[in-house]
Amino acid sequence: MQTNRVASGGRINRGNAVNFTFNGKAYQGFAGDTLAAALLANGVDIVGRSFKYGRPRGIVGHGAEEPNAIVQLGSGAQTVPNLRATQVELYEGLEAHSVGGWPSVDFDVREVLGFMGKMMPPGFYYKTFMRPQNLWHFYERWIRKAAGLGKAPLESDPDCYDKLNQNCDVLVVGAGPAGLAAASAAARAGARVIIADEQQEFGGSLLASQQQIDGQPAMSWVDERLAELGNNDNVMLLPRSTVFGYYDHNFLGILERRTDHLGISSPGQVRQRMHRVRAKQVVLATGAIERPLVFANNDLPGVMMASSVSTYLNRYGVAAGNNLVLFTTNDNAYQTAIDWHKAGRKVVKIVDSRPEPTGALVNTAREFGIDVMAGHVVVEAKGRRRVKGAMVAPLNDNASAVAGAAIRLDCDLLACSGGWSPAIHLSSHTGAKPQWNDELVGFVPGESKQQERSAGSAKGAYSLAGCLQQGDEAGREAARKAGLDGESTAASYQVDEQPQQPQQAMFLVPHAKSTSRAPVQFVDFQLDVTAAAIELAAREGYESVEHVKRYTAMGFGTDQGKLGNINGMAILARALGRGIPETGTTIFRPSYTPTTFGAIAGRDVADLFDPERYTAMQRWHQQQGAEFENVGQWKRPWYYPKPGETMHDAVNRECLAVRNSVGMLDASTLGKIDIQGPDAGEFLNRMYTNAYAKLAPGKCRYGLMLKEDGMIFDDGVTACLGPNHYLMFTTTGGAAAVLAWLELWQQTEWPELQVYFTSVTDHWATATVTGPNARKVIEKVCDDIDLSNEAFPFMDWRDATVAGVSARIFRISFTGELSLEVNVPAHHGRYVWEKLVEAGEEFGITPYGTETMHVLRAEKGFIIVGQDTDGSMTPADMGMNWVVSQKKEFSFIGKRSLSRSDMLREDRKQLVGLKTRDPQDVLPEGAQIVNQPEHAPPVPMQGHVTSSYYSANLGHSIALAVVKGGHKRMGETVYCPLADGRVIEAEIVSSIFYDPKGERQNV
Amino acid sequence: MLHIYCPFCREERDEEEFSYAGEAHIQRPLDPESLSDEEWGDYLFFRTNAKGIHHEMWYHIAGCRRYFNVTRDTLSYQILESYLISQQPGVRAKQTASAEQGEQPNAN
Ligand SMILES: [Zn+2]
Repeated sequence: MQTNRVASGGRINRGNAVNFTFNGKAYQGFAGDTLAAALLANGVDIVGRSFKYGRPRGIVGHGAEEPNAIVQLGSGAQTVPNLRATQVELYEGLEAHSVGGWPSVDFDVREVLGFMGKMMPPGFYYKTFMRPQNLWHFYERWIRKAAGLGKAPLESDPDCYDKLNQNCDVLVVGAGPAGLAAASAAARAGARVIIADEQQEFGGSLLASQQQIDGQPAMSWVDERLAELGNNDNVMLLPRSTVFGYYDHNFLGILERRTDHLGISSPGQVRQRMHRVRAKQVVLATGAIERPLVFANNDLPGVMMASSVSTYLNRYGVAAGNNLVLFTTNDNAYQTAIDWHKAGRKVVKIVDSRPEPTGALVNTAREFGIDVMAGHVVVEAKGRRRVKGAMVAPLNDNASAVAGAAIRLDCDLLACSGGWSPAIHLSSHTGAKPQWNDELVGFVPGESKQQERSAGSAKGAYSLAGCLQQGDEAGREAARKAGLDGESTAASYQVDEQPQQPQQAMFLVPHAKSTSRAPVQFVDFQLDVTAAAIELAAREGYESVEHVKRYTAMGFGTDQGKLGNINGMAILARALGRGIPETGTTIFRPSYTPTTFGAIAGRDVADLFDPERYTAMQRWHQQQGAEFENVGQWKRPWYYPKPGETMHDAVNRECLAVRNSVGMLDASTLGKIDIQGPDAGEFLNRMYTNAYAKLAPGKCRYGLMLKEDGMIFDDGVTACLGPNHYLMFTTTGGAAAVLAWLELWQQTEWPELQVYFTSVTDHWATATVTGPNARKVIEKVCDDIDLSNEAFPFMDWRDATVAGVSARIFRISFTGELSLEVNVPAHHGRYVWEKLVEAGEEFGITPYGTETMHVLRAEKGFIIVGQDTDGSMTPADMGMNWVVSQKKEFSFIGKRSLSRSDMLREDRKQLVGLKTRDPQDVLPEGAQIVNQPEHAPPVPMQGHVTSSYYSANLGHSIALAVVKGGHKRMGETVYCPLADGRVIEAEIVSSIFYDPKGERQNV
Repeated sequence: MLHIYCPFCREERDEEEFSYAGEAHIQRPLDPESLSDEEWGDYLFFRTNAKGIHHEMWYHIAGCRRYFNVTRDTLSYQILESYLISQQPGVRAKQTASAEQGEQPNAN
C-alpha cells in the first residue's frame, strides 16, 4: 500500500505501476520513482542500520548526499553494492537489500547490545593501526560482518562497458537552472558543448520547484532550453551521467548509466559508458547540498532534509509523513512548510532559530496560518523506530545555549535545514582551496586552478534569478575563452522572486546537557560520528582537520561526508576556539560518487586486457601440445609434454635430448634492434661494458649493458652485419626498455653521434638448433656455406640459404652446446622450422621450451638478467669481470660507478652455485640463506636463491644464489630455512655446473 | 591526465603516449674518471626535487619516440613550455624564497 502517496501531482507515471522488493518484501511504486521515493510512498521507515551503533536509520536526502539508504541491488554476478536508494531509478522486478544491519535492519544486535560503540570509541581505527601489535586483523572480521559494507560479486561481470574519448569547447556539469543557462549561452556562441547531469531528467532543482521563469512554470523553461540544445548538432546532452572526477589539464571523467534504469543487467547493450573528456573550458553548475542540523537523536527515521521533503512531495507525489515540524535557520526552508500546507497536510510548527524572522516566505507561511516559534530550536528528537515528537526550547540571546525548558511537539516528520553548502567537490578536485564565506555561512569554490568557473548555487547564489544570470555569464565567458567569438549578448530570464533574510549559522544545536552527556548528536550519519567524538578529538590534542577526520573517521564513508563535513569542521573549530577559515576544510577527492570498476575497465578485459604476441611458429607449438608461459606480452612454449608426461618428465627428457643429440627452441621473441650509422660502433662501445669498435663484419660479441649506477640492466649478443651496421639482441622482456635507453643517450647526450635504431624483433623468426648433432641437422638443409668449425667458428654469423630461404645463422649458444641459431624473415618462420624438424628427425630432434632453456643455461651458470640480477648487481657480483673492458678510452655507461667505495666491499652479494646435501632436494627460488639456522632471531641474512632446478644431465639439483662474499666461500656450508619448517643444507660451489671449460660449444 | 605538447609532432597529446624521463639539463660529466666518489654520486643520485617550476624530460614513446624538455609547475601541474633538449628553458623559477612557501599539499 502506497500509504504516503498523495492523490495527484509529481513527475511520475501513475498509470505505470512498478513492482519491486526491498529486503525480501514486495512493494509497488510508479515509473519515474526513485527507490527512495517508492520506499517512502510505501511507508518504509527503516532502510538501514548505522555503522557502529546499529541504530535504525531512514531516508534523509533525495540525491547523491544520502548517507543512510545505501542498498545492494540484485544478486549473483549482477549484484551492485553501495548504491544510494535516492539515485536508483525504479524498474520492474528491482530487488534491493540494505547493506547495513545484521541479522536484519529490523533487528540489529548492535543496537541491543551496544557492543560496537563500546568496541569502537573515537580514534578506534587510528589507535588500532598505531599499536605495535596490529589488532586490526582481529577486529576486522567482526566489523565487516556487523557493519555490512556491501558485497562484491564473486562471478565476473556479465555486462558490457565502453570508454569514449571526447573533446569539447565547453563542458557544463549540472543541468539545473545555472547549467542550462550556461549551456544555452555557450552553444549560442558556437561552442561545442557537452552538458551532463546525474539525474534521469534535466532541470535540477527546478524538477521540484513551484517557481516561474518568464511567466511560465519553471519546467516549461527547461523544456525550451532542451529543445534549443537538442536541435544543435554541436551539443551533446548526457542525462544519467555523473561527472565524478576533475583531473589535470581539464580532463574530466563522466560515468553515463545507459541501462541501469531498465534492469539489473542488459545483455546486448552497453550498461555504462565512461566518457573521458578533454574540455577547453568547464562550467561547474553542480548546485548545493542542504545542511543538516545537529541535535540530539537527529538520526531518527523521519528526520529529513527540508528540501528533500519538498522534493518527494512535488516531484514524486510522496508525503513522507503526516504532521510536520520544520526546524530551520533560514528563510528558504519555509517553502517546505508552505508546500506541505498546500498539499493538505498538517504543519505542526515552524521552529526558527532566528529571533525575528520577517522575510517574505516567513510572512507567506504566517498568512497560511502556520505558527512560527522564533528564537527556538529543536534540541532533541523523540521516538524509537521513527520520530514521534520534537523537544523545542528557546535560545539565549547569542544562540549559544538554551534559555528555558523544552516543550514537546508531537509530529511524525521533522524537516530540517541548516542552510546550504555549495557542492564544491569538483572544484576541490582541481586543487582550488575552498573559501569560507561568512555571509553565506559556507565554503565556496576557491580561486580556479584550471580552466573552470562555478555558477549558480555551486558558487553560493541561492536565488533562482542569480543562478540563471550566473549561468548565462559563465556560459558566455567559457565560450569566449574557448576561442569562440559568436553572439555573446546576455540572455534575460525573468523571475518573480522575493529577497530572503540572512540565515543563522548553527552547527551544533545547544542542549541543556553538555555535548558529552546529551543524547547522541550525529554529525556524520554514515560513519556514526557524533559531535561528542569531535570534541573529544580536540581534547585529545588533535588540531588539524585532516587528523581529526582520520581520528573520528568523519567523511570517510562512501558519501565522503557530503552532509556532515561542514558541521563537523565548525564543531571542531569551536572546540579549538578558532574560526572556521583558520581550521580549514578537508579536500574532496574523486570520485564524487562511487564509480563502477566495469566502466573504468571498459572493454579492456579478458582477451582484450593486454595484447598477446605470438611468434610465426605459434600454431606448430599448439599442435604439438605445448604448454605456454607468458614472457611480457609474448606467449612462449614452456615445455612440450608427451602423453602421460608430467612437466618434470618432459623437462628432463628435453634437457637430455639437447645434451645428447639435438634440440630446437623458438627464440623469435628475443629483442632485436637494427643499428646503423657511421658512429654505430662508437655508440655501442659507450653503451656496453666491453669493446665493440673493432668488431668485424661476420662476428658476434656478448655484452653487458649497465645503468649509470653500475648495475646490470640487460645482456645479449650484438653482431656486426657490415660496415656501420649491427644487430643487437636483447632479452625478451628488456627489448622495449633497451631501445628507449639507446634513444635516450643518443638524443639527449650524444646527438653528434650519427646512429639510428630500428626495432626488428617481429621481422625475424629464430630457430635455435642446439646439441652435439646441431651441425648435422643444418647440413641437411643448407649447402651454400661451409659449416665446419674452422670455416664458421663459435661467435661468428653467416648469410646462408636454409631450406631455400635466405637466412642468417648465428653460432652463439645459451645452452653451452654447439648451437646454430637460424634467423629467417618471419613469414618464412614456420616453413623453415618444419623443414628443420624434418631434417632433425633422424637425430631425434626435440623441441624444447623456456623451462628446459632455463635449466640448461643454469647448468652452465649463465645468468638471466632480472632473475639472477635484481638491479643491484654489478658485473663483478656476477663474476663477470671478463666482460668488462678496462682499456676502452671512453668511460662507458656505468663504468665510473664500478669503482665507488660501495662496489669494492668484500661482502657484497655474489653469484655462486649451491649443491644441496640431499641431491634430490630442489631449493625454492627466493629461499633465504643463513649461516646458522639455530641462531636466535633476527638471523643474519646471507643472501637468497635466484634460480633452482633439478638437472637430469647431472642427476642432482642445482641452484644459483647470491651470497655475501660468496666468491671466497667455495666449499662452505649454508642453510636455507623454509616456510614449512624444513632447513635445507647446501654447499657453496662454482656457478658453472656443467662443462666448466666451455668446450662443448666450440666443437 | 596531463596534456603535453610534443615539439616534434607539434600538437598536444595525452600523457598516456609519453613517459617521464627525469630531470632535464643534467649533463653527463665529460671525464667521469676524474671525479671523486662524492662528485659522481651528485651526478648520479641528487636531483633538485623542486616545489614549483621544474624542468624535466619527456619521451614521446608511443608517438615520435623523441625526447624533449618540459617546464612544469610541480604544485599546479601546469605545463609552461615544451622545448628541445638542446635549448634552454624560457621560464625559470624565481630565485626567491617564495617558491619554498607553497601550501602543504593535503594528504587524503
Ligand atoms: Zn612526438
